[in-house]
Amino acid sequence: MDLLTVTSRLLEGFSITCKIFALTLVFALPLGLVIAFCSMSKVRLVKWLSRTFVWIIRGTPLMLQVIVVFYGPGLLWDMQAFGRLDAVLIAFIINYAAYFSEIYRGGIESIPKGQYEAGQVLGMTKAQIFFRVILLQVVKRILPPMSNEVITLVKDTSLARIIAVKELIMMAQEYIATYALIWPLFYSGAFYLLFCGALTLLFGYLEKRLDYFRV
Amino acid sequence: MSGILQVQGLKKHFDATEVLNGIDFTLDKGEVLSIIGSSGSGKTTLLRCLNFLETPDEGRIIVNGETLFDAADPATQRDADIRQKRLRFGLVFQNFNLFPQYTALQNVTLASELLAKGKPEYQANKAKIHNEIKQNALALLEQVGLSDKADNHPHQLSGGQQQRVAIARALALKPDILCFDEPTSALDPEISGEVLRAIRKLAERRMTMVIVTHEMGFAREVSSRVMFMDGGRIAEEGRPEAVFGAPKSERLRAFLKAVIQ
Repeated sequence: MDLLTVTSRLLEGFSITCKIFALTLVFALPLGLVIAFCSMSKVRLVKWLSRTFVWIIRGTPLMLQVIVVFYGPGLLWDMQAFGRLDAVLIAFIINYAAYFSEIYRGGIESIPKGQYEAGQVLGMTKAQIFFRVILLQVVKRILPPMSNEVITLVKDTSLARIIAVKELIMMAQEYIATYALIWPLFYSGAFYLLFCGALTLLFGYLEKRLDYFRV
Repeated sequence: MSGILQVQGLKKHFDATEVLNGIDFTLDKGEVLSIIGSSGSGKTTLLRCLNFLETPDEGRIIVNGETLFDAADPATQRDADIRQKRLRFGLVFQNFNLFPQYTALQNVTLASELLAKGKPEYQANKAKIHNEIKQNALALLEQVGLSDKADNHPHQLSGGQQQRVAIARALALKPDILCFDEPTSALDPEISGEVLRAIRKLAERRMTMVIVTHEMGFAREVSSRVMFMDGGRIAEEGRPEAVFGAPKSERLRAFLKAVIQ
């Protein structure tokens, strides 16, 4: 089994890993903001529902959530609701949106009330205050915890193999089962490492880009 | 109909505490009113009511003969209208509250630009409008002595400079009445002077102002009228010479004695 063959097989798995990673971010980042606003809602019921939801999602293993999304509909209503990859994506998006929402909430609540009031007395609308004044300050504050979370997501994608989605680790594991080779599994670690290295650089760059002001 | 500002029977409570207990006063155009009093006397709450940051429980606020707020009339309390009404007042905060991600110049222009974008003629005259807003902002920064700091961000400015930018920002929307909430309380004494000078310059230009302050010397010198608040009421008011020189009530005498020593 030569390096080139293994590499190309692992790259196949890596492309699924990247797909889970990218789609989770694309949907969980905005969804998290919606959940964050619900968690801060003045309507008690909305706030309570939202916080309970976040508690359940953060309080149970992601692996279990993947299984529930995939097998749950079949057990409850005797129907196959989602494909394997879709089930993984749904569970990941919901899970990460819950975590992101708490990061957003912390960021938004850390902005001093005076910033809102300054906008208000200048006749700005609530939306203008949020998008033109608050948001960038929040982004700057939450970049470090977000980078943590996003890097965790890279490695969490390996949980998809629990319902046989052929991501990177599953591909590597097949070499153990089929050829009794363990080195491809260790080798797969390099893919994660490089990916996370690139993300670290990206977040470092973003932090630098926002270095021109202090919050 | 007299006075640019009339406040009638303003009351406000937080939970069980009566913070404003019936405030009545009139302000003429070009007057500078200083409000003094110990913490908790309601000074800041009064200012926040004028700027619609708090909603009074009772009373009326009338500017130029137009009733901007009437606690008894919900029609005067619609959100969309309140944004417009706010523009009659400017407010300079104790903690400046500049927007950190914007330069001094952008802090001054932001609200004007957002306001201009909402107007129908905006699309046709974009360049001209932006230029006017910028020139106006530069003139204001010059007026507060900060022409050379236009492109600096707030964290690059001293407290006194930040507060002067905040004054320019409040002036950008051409308010009828400019309010100051303890504008120098967050500043070192040796820096307060530059902010007070900027306010004094505005007084010379006959800007109508309401200043909540602990700077008694400044209040005495710059005000045309001084109001002493105690327990949510106006306990005493009059010309600065009278209020500081010959206080009538025991409360005011005690207060002045405590702050001027």
